[in-house]
Amino acid sequence: MLKPGRHLVLGNVACAEGAIRAGCRFFAGYPITPASEISHHVAAELPKAGGVFLQMEDEIASIASVIGASWAGAKAMTATSGPGYSLMMENIGYAHMTETPLVLVNVQRSGPSTGQSTSPGQQDIYQAKYGAHGDYEVIAISPWSVQEMFDLTVRAFNLAETYRTPVMLMSDGLIGHIEEKLIVPEKVEVVNRKKSTSMDATPWGTDDPSGVPEMPAFGEGHKLLVTGSTHRPDGVRNFSPEYHQMIVYRIRDKILNAEPQIRDIHKVHMDDAKVAVLSFGASARPSIEAVQRARSEGIKAGLFRPRTIWPFPETEVKALAEQVEAVIVVEMNVGKYVKEVERAVCGKTKVVSLAKVGGVLPLAREVLNVTRREAQ
Amino acid sequence: MKNLFYYRDKYVRSQPSAFCPGCGGGIILNCFLRAIDDLGLDLDKILAVSGIGCTAWIPSPNFNGDTLHTTHGRAIAFATGAKAYNPDLTTVVFTGDGDGAGIGGNHLIHAARRNIDLKVILVNNMSYAMTGGQIAPTTLHGETTVTSPYGNPEFPFDITQLVKAAGASYVAKWSTYHVLELTRSIKEALQHKGFSFIEVLSQCPTQQRRIFNLRGTLQSLPPRILDMFGESTVIRGRPDKGDYVYAVPKEDVSETLKQVESLGISARVVDHIGFGQVVRVDEEPESVKAKLEALSSVTYVADHKESKIEMGLFEKKSRPEFTDSLKEIIKKARGE
Ligand SMILES: Cc1ncc(C[n+]2csc(CCOP(=O)(O)OP(=O)(O)O)c2C)c(N)n1
Ligand SMILES: [Mg+2]
Repeated sequence: MLKPGRHLVLGNVACAEGAIRAGCRFFAGYPITPASEISHHVAAELPKAGGVFLQMEDEIASIASVIGASWAGAKAMTATSGPGYSLMMENIGYAHMTETPLVLVNVQRSGPSTGQSTSPGQQDIYQAKYGAHGDYEVIAISPWSVQEMFDLTVRAFNLAETYRTPVMLMSDGLIGHIEEKLIVPEKVEVVNRKKSTSMDATPWGTDDPSGVPEMPAFGEGHKLLVTGSTHRPDGVRNFSPEYHQMIVYRIRDKILNAEPQIRDIHKVHMDDAKVAVLSFGASARPSIEAVQRARSEGIKAGLFRPRTIWPFPETEVKALAEQVEAVIVVEMNVGKYVKEVERAVCGKTKVVSLAKVGGVLPLAREVLNVTRREAQ
Repeated sequence: MKNLFYYRDKYVRSQPSAFCPGCGGGIILNCFLRAIDDLGLDLDKILAVSGIGCTAWIPSPNFNGDTLHTTHGRAIAFATGAKAYNPDLTTVVFTGDGDGAGIGGNHLIHAARRNIDLKVILVNNMSYAMTGGQIAPTTLHGETTVTSPYGNPEFPFDITQLVKAAGASYVAKWSTYHVLELTRSIKEALQHKGFSFIEVLSQCPTQQRRIFNLRGTLQSLPPRILDMFGESTVIRGRPDKGDYVYAVPKEDVSETLKQVESLGISARVVDHIGFGQVVRVDEEPESVKAKLEALSSVTYVADHKESKIEMGLFEKKSRPEFTDSLKEIIKKARGE
């Protein structure tokens, strides 16, 4: 493992380092570009921390074994990219239904299908939110640098454990594959799951206002009934509308009610901004450059960068609509997050989409041109 | 002798049973519970994992220990994670033939290859029972199901051979007819270190009625199917006297029986997985074969061994177990 201090490393390596420091002790994965280096680094480093690395037969098995390990008491993780992410969907739904904490890294590549398999993209953001069948609410995080691959992986684990839920780290092929400065801190803040305080714990129900039940592990005598079927707080299967509503609303609300705590938005020059460039992950890099160049031209531009893309920062974006004359949404897909922004601002301000597919970053010049136009 | 209430009160959650009357699932649960009781295993350290299907309901919610009821076909993969992280858990997987050999077949062979210490009980009812009795990778060629109304064009896997070839270190096959042997085998598997696999041929009165073309009341079917399992199986390594033959009818079995009896030979109609309803003649083959073959209602006379399914132990060997190898890796990585 890297010593505390400054390093020059790959984004994927920073992610692996962050995971182990956050307490990850089980990792299962299947090779895929551009995520593989996470596995490589974990395979070398995790056993030193006493953890288990498995290369499974496919991504379905990877996420399945991660869920199994999580219930055996491990902080657990897998990492993949588009095709593997698609394969994982059924078991992601299972993890939501059973409220299994885990971290899933999607180093996004340009699809659909094999697409431009080595090029970055931000096309899976709706898949992160809606990919599995049924209703649930997801936490998804978008890092824009090697440093954030480290910091936000730590945070992903902490959120997964706090809310007993799968957390998606939605990176991309650019952030995963660049080498940049990483500062490894002396110590990271680590959150552990709420263990059961009594043998009568109800692992799928709680009176706690957080809506997050305590989580026992296998082998502790709790006689757990873990099931993806609709169940009562004690795990017993029950298909009544009441129990189903209870679960679905609780697993939704435990995330939505905590949105202010989960929310993490990086703002630059936003105080007096009249034009906001809203972007996340890799596409926020040219966006900040455009904002700075616009400022040097006297344009009141600002960067609004959600690090937590889901749950959607509804109130913040609504407030933004009151402040600025235009929001330019920069993303690497056909224009997806922009839909959510349009919905939230409700016509109160102009929303412009700068969406780019092709596995290439939008250029700072392109973002700047739109910013100039909207500032007039 | 412990009675049924003992096992029920100690090991079974009081839940209404989800099984159809006469299901083989209860027999298999019973064998499993007796096995863990005989061995005196710590209930708190047993994890029962299952996929989706009727079979998956054998441990969940019935088994009064930790259970993990997963997605269709993936039980072994879930179990792999739990076992790899906590090797102290005795991890038992209950999987159906569709679950384990169909949608989850890949996980099955890879777990066998790793020789991870999972005990896998694959319940083979020769169909996707829960969803209505469709053809499974275990359905015999020619059999009629809802998705093979003209007869199954496919051929089944020989699952025990498949799993053995993939590297499992304990492999056995029994049926719900062979309860004592099955219980003993589960005990062996629980004591064996490494990937342990037991295929259990099981009755499903609900779906096998169509598959085996059985007429009669629903109540009559479970014992009849069990008898059929007895009739259609041989146990490896056990002497088989072979002092009988089957007269396979052209059409109507009762006509064949009448003709056989008219020769003064005592005979009876039995159900057989390979032949359907057939006339069994308990006589020395040499003395009756020619006479039976001459009958107008007989297609041919089958040797007692023909179309029989082999039961018994197929593999028991020792080779490095996966979670042990993982522990070695941790030592190596730490330079210990
Ligand atoms: C991914 C997926 N596909 C299909 C199903 C529907 N399904 C539920 S049970 C089942 C059949 C199970 O058959 P088997 O494993 O043989 O178990 P049995 O019911 O015969 O014991 C199927 C196909 C499902 N639940 N999930
Ligand atoms: Mg079946």
